[in-house]
Amino acid sequence: MTPRKLELPDVLAPLADTDPDTTSRLHARLAARAEQAGLLDVAYRTLDSPIGSLLLAATPKGVVRVAFANEGHERVLDELAAELSPRILAAPGRLDAAARELDEYFAGARRHFELSLDLALARGFRRSVLEQLLCIEYGRTASYAAVAAAAGSARAVRAVGTACATNPLPLVVPCHRVVRSDGGLGGYRGGADAKRVLLALEAAA
Amino acid sequence: MRGRAPFEEIVAEHGPSVLRVCRAVLPPADAEDAWAETFLAALKAYPRLDPGSNVLAWLVTIARRKAIDIRRSQARGAIPVASVPERATSAEPAEARDLRAALDDLPPRQREAVAYHYLAGLAYKEVAVLTGGSADAARRAAADGIASLRKIFLDPTPSRGEKA
Repeated sequence: MTPRKLELPDVLAPLADTDPDTTSRLHARLAARAEQAGLLDVAYRTLDSPIGSLLLAATPKGVVRVAFANEGHERVLDELAAELSPRILAAPGRLDAAARELDEYFAGARRHFELSLDLALARGFRRSVLEQLLCIEYGRTASYAAVAAAAGSARAVRAVGTACATNPLPLVVPCHRVVRSDGGLGGYRGGADAKRVLLALEAAA
Repeated sequence: MRGRAPFEEIVAEHGPSVLRVCRAVLPPADAEDAWAETFLAALKAYPRLDPGSNVLAWLVTIARRKAIDIRRSQARGAIPVASVPERATSAEPAEARDLRAALDDLPPRQREAVAYHYLAGLAYKEVAVLTGGSADAARRAAADGIASLRKIFLDPTPSRGEKA
């Protein structure tokens, strides 16, 4: 969203300018005040990565959403506004740790994330699947069927596939480590190529 | 139908308009305080804002109140001007300071009509909701205000004596 353009009478020109430095300084001040006042329900930032630009979002409880570029960051922010709260600001501070750990992960220098997570966007069985995914170790893979069994419902293989496909916290909750029993790669929210890159990264490290 | 937009979009779209309104009535440091207070109050109330509201008009309403609060608290503070340290980090250009002083001298209706219509971008109908009166009256007040400012700043005859 861009600021609206004004047709200003020439005589008002001295008050027309709002330079980008001032607006970004004011924005940072607003984000800090909002955080202090407990009004920053969702903070977000983007992060460049080898698999494209990532959107990282966090509530005061922890990281709540990691989104790939192919999901459309604006659309994801709209969903967060609808499902969590519209009190959303670009406020990188809350995501400093997440961004640093993801950078380290992509550099092959981190095997575990030490981040507080907020699983608010996953409910019921999907949530128990995510909890199982957190147990799959770096560099390993598990089949959809094995995850279904571990989540307590051996026949719910398709439901595990759905839980992975709708994982609100990909990378951090490693749904990329779930593959088909026949050796096939299976789907991925960030696209099959991204999944291949991540599995290769972990196999090499 | 799309629900409430993330507040970030509100700040990006309307932040500059609200800043212009604040700068029209307050010196730079106070204008920035008023801007921050406005958006903080707006963020707090945002989940309860009626969908379909005119967001800019809502923000300007809040900014107007915050600017009045800041002016009042300074009036109550009654600190001799000479002892107030320079707090503005970004120096206000002389042209902006002169224009603000001239706006300050306008009748309040004219000043507000100029700020809300031209500097914020509100329609006259929305200006009228804020200042009272009709949309036509707001249009006339804005036109009269601009005419007065033109007389002061764009009149080629050096009537104010500062030019040779």
